[in-house]
Amino acid sequence: MIEGMTALYIFMLAAFTGYEVISRVPVILHTPLMSGSNFVHGIVLVGAMVALGHADTGLERFIGFFGVLLAAMNAVGGYVATERMLEMFKSSKEKKHG
Amino acid sequence: MDNLIQVIYFVAAVLFIIGLKRMSSPTTARGGIVWAGAGMMAATLVTFFVPGLENFGLMATAIIIGSAVAYVSAKRVAMTDMPQMIALYNGMGGGAAAAIAAVELVKGVGHSQVALDLAVLGALIGAVSFSGSLVAFAKLQGWMKRTLRFPSQQMVNLALFAATVAVGVYLAFVGQHGFFVLVFFLLALAFGVMVTLPIGGADMPVVISLFNALTGLAVAFEGFVLNNAAMIIAGTVVGSAGTLLTQLMARAMNRPISNVLFGSFGGGQTGEASTVEGSLKPIDASDAAIMMAFAEKVVIIPGYGMAVAQAQHKIWELAKHLGERGVTVKFAIHPVAGRMPGHMNVLLAEAGVPYDKIFDLDEINDEFDTADVALIIGANDVVNPVARTDPNSPIFGMPILDADKAKNVVVIKRGSGAGFSGVENALFYGDNCRMLYGDGQEMASKLIQGVKSV
Repeated sequence: MIEGMTALYIFMLAAFTGYEVISRVPVILHTPLMSGSNFVHGIVLVGAMVALGHADTGLERFIGFFGVLLAAMNAVGGYVATERMLEMFKSSKEKKHG
Repeated sequence: MDNLIQVIYFVAAVLFIIGLKRMSSPTTARGGIVWAGAGMMAATLVTFFVPGLENFGLMATAIIIGSAVAYVSAKRVAMTDMPQMIALYNGMGGGAAAAIAAVELVKGVGHSQVALDLAVLGALIGAVSFSGSLVAFAKLQGWMKRTLRFPSQQMVNLALFAATVAVGVYLAFVGQHGFFVLVFFLLALAFGVMVTLPIGGADMPVVISLFNALTGLAVAFEGFVLNNAAMIIAGTVVGSAGTLLTQLMARAMNRPISNVLFGSFGGGQTGEASTVEGSLKPIDASDAAIMMAFAEKVVIIPGYGMAVAQAQHKIWELAKHLGERGVTVKFAIHPVAGRMPGHMNVLLAEAGVPYDKIFDLDEINDEFDTADVALIIGANDVVNPVARTDPNSPIFGMPILDADKAKNVVVIKRGSGAGFSGVENALFYGDNCRMLYGDGQEMASKLIQGVKSV
């Protein structure tokens, strides 16, 4: 479905997007943002599920299972860690309301 | 159904990009992760309906176990330990990308030459990121105190890398023999360990960030193999965003990336650092409190030592008491305060300090001239003026907070030892500087008492 040159275009555009999207991020958010981008590559879970879903032999199933396990940890751990950090960032105005 | 699946993947990719965009500003950051999370949830659910899949029992079991373990650990980890947890979760992602490649290579059928090349490349990067991140985790967690360095280490690593690539090329172009797949992964994992072992704890954030970018790239490559656009886009976005973030962090720490990976701290310094003149002048807490209570502007400079002493709540309480007296209080954060750029902001946020009271180096440095008191707690090298003045010092050229320009400097410190870099701090010997010796939390409490009783 995604042929050679198309794939290359996707790759190129996504690379520029990633660069632009965080180009002006303040230092205060470096740690949460790193955790957040860490969560985003947790999409590897989808690929690991497909790999396991196509596994035929015992060995393939074993590796696939391992892959899904790791990917799920990446996605869930990344989300919870990022959410916990970002939840704490408040401005003094918000504080007065709370 | 297939069209719906593709549409959901597309929406997920859009949500990831919007989410990351929102995460780069403190006012919208929290919403950002929720958007990205919604995308992830949708993409995962719809994958169960991809035609032709089997092994759903195994799939669900792995997801449930992995999610539960990660959920509990991420909820329970202390904010001070967050950097190594990020490394750990990142390593998991790299391992998953490598596992996808392993399944495809063991199968060994139905892939074009390009797909095979990318599968092998993604496997290499993913496996290196996996084992390297585990080492990074172990080091920051304190499980691995020593930095392993031996003669001709670079050559050994280079040889290991060459061997890994050679087996990888064989896999991609000759055939996917099971034995060689195993050898390939063992070599790649060993390389990841070897390349991370010699790197010191202070440089670890840069390395973790680099592995984060690499995992993204590995995910993108495996996305090409599996024809999955969401993986390609999300992986590539993280790959390039992570590369930029790595550069920003390295710049904030004044450490070129090549230097982090292939050099050692202060390795290039030959000259004798000049000695510091003057004496350390102690002060007691009540005097320091009076000094701050009658100041117009106080700048607080917290370092990792504050977090170790768990003094951030007390320090914020002190700041609030000063604020009630009409004193302007600002927090100045050096980019490398904490264990990772931005880590100190997280720790202060946890204590309830609003982010608009926190300023980074560029924003605050001009204000020290007008500050009556600079209160330094648990920071050392990042306020050492020799970084500006002494070309022979190992920390020369590192951007620092100009605390020495404040009218008075108060330093809360356990003892009179040197900082992480082993360099004596000229600031502490300055005429305007007073040392408040003691545990961070205890001293902060005494300062609060002092300010209250004025």
